[in-house]
Amino acid sequence: MSMAGSAPVSPIAVKPPLWLLAELTYACPLQCPYCSNPMEIAKYKNELSTEDWFRVLQQARKMGATQLGFSGGEPLIRRDLEQLIAEARRLGFYTNLITSGVGMDENRVRAFKEAGLDHIQVSFQASTEELNNFIAGTDAFEHKMEMARQVKKQGYPMVLCFVLHRKNEDQIRDILDLAVALEADYVELATTQYYGWAYHNREQLLPTRAQLAHAEMVAKEYQEKMKGRMKIYYVIPDYYETRPKRCMDGWGSVFLTIAPDGTALPCHAARQLPGLEFPNVREKDVAWIWNESPAFGRFRGLDWMKEPCRSCPEKEKDLGGCRCQAYMLTGDAANADPVCDKSPLHHLVTEQVERVQQLAGQKEFEAKPLVFRNMANSKRITENA
Amino acid sequence: MAVIADLSIPFLAPTFRFQWEEVQNCHVILYPEGMVKLSASAGEILRRCDGQRSVADLIIDLKQQFPDHDLGPDVKKFLEEAHEHGWIRTR
Ligand code: SF4
Ligand code: SF4
Repeated sequence: MSMAGSAPVSPIAVKPPLWLLAELTYACPLQCPYCSNPMEIAKYKNELSTEDWFRVLQQARKMGATQLGFSGGEPLIRRDLEQLIAEARRLGFYTNLITSGVGMDENRVRAFKEAGLDHIQVSFQASTEELNNFIAGTDAFEHKMEMARQVKKQGYPMVLCFVLHRKNEDQIRDILDLAVALEADYVELATTQYYGWAYHNREQLLPTRAQLAHAEMVAKEYQEKMKGRMKIYYVIPDYYETRPKRCMDGWGSVFLTIAPDGTALPCHAARQLPGLEFPNVREKDVAWIWNESPAFGRFRGLDWMKEPCRSCPEKEKDLGGCRCQAYMLTGDAANADPVCDKSPLHHLVTEQVERVQQLAGQKEFEAKPLVFRNMANSKRITENA
Repeated sequence: MAVIADLSIPFLAPTFRFQWEEVQNCHVILYPEGMVKLSASAGEILRRCDGQRSVADLIIDLKQQFPDHDLGPDVKKFLEEAHEHGWIRTR
């Protein structure tokens, strides 16, 4: 789009997105306090239509996206999910359904298969009914077990996901035993990502160092034991590290998230970042959003960096870490992720970790209630903010 | 442990997807939340793992199409690897 007379700007070759994350809805029957959806879920009611999604799928696929995740909220709430799966399959996506399992039964699992769904990831909150149901804020454990069995029985690769935090971290052995009993092919021991609700609840969720050391040891033991039969992914939460994660594999570089209202985001937490105008797929096509929108270009590559990242020899490795974490903790999204110990604000992370380390287990500290993720709490908290 | 013999008949595991990607200009293997881009020769080999042909047939077929290459041992080695990853199974 160079104007007559202007010097040709050589565009940096933007690689196409490989991953499309379709957040179909923010509605969810569960109320996980570790949910990384934004606190403002109650505000975004205006969901995309089936036709909108078809268009987004086609545009993203045309650009070369291969992996498609249906998530939310709880994607099973969408009545057109079967249709969306079928269209995605027709286009050649590898389709992943990321679900709590609440909202499907044997027949629906079969209908998804017929529509061409490749994979269902069922998330559990814990390994026991009592804790699971407490954390989920609903009675779902038995049903999840049954759905996990159905997934396996109907020939999908079975991926179980457990989000770990202080309240369930010590159950790690039982959690892995449960996965073994269900014959999972992959187990994701996902560490809580401190965005949205999880950030709000972080004092109640951050694990202690002893818990982490134990969890890591047990995860390793099972990785060894189950080699060739079950793949176990375990990542140490970044708060406890001295280098940040390579967040989303780079801003606007691999992942394209579409929020329920059509807002396009480089990661599902990015919406909170000030000063960025995220485009909406109702108004713009995916190619423009990805290749040309200022928001997707804002933190792409390395040029946006400030010190200490700018002159850091490791900058290509972690790309300065997570923009949202930099913003949430330091107030400036262009700062180094404070997880990095080269950041002058690294203490903002270590202080939190230390505080939890000191206080965990103490009655008063643990008695502080978790804020459950639901529309009522969303309204209450974000309207007062 | 060699599981790929001349007479074994390899086929793609149902829990993986193998397809051509126009934008990447290569064959890929897709699995839950991941993708492996395949080299041209790996793509040619997997394309022939159709549950009909034996490994020996498959090598003959490849030799006809690529007469300048001595493929035998490489093909088996690759199939061993593919089997280890769980991409193919044999009967
Ligand atoms: S983390 Fe829990 S509450 Fe949040 S969307 Fe997933 S199932 Fe629903
Ligand atoms: S200073 Fe920045 S680029 Fe260097 S390691 Fe830390 S976060 Fe990464």
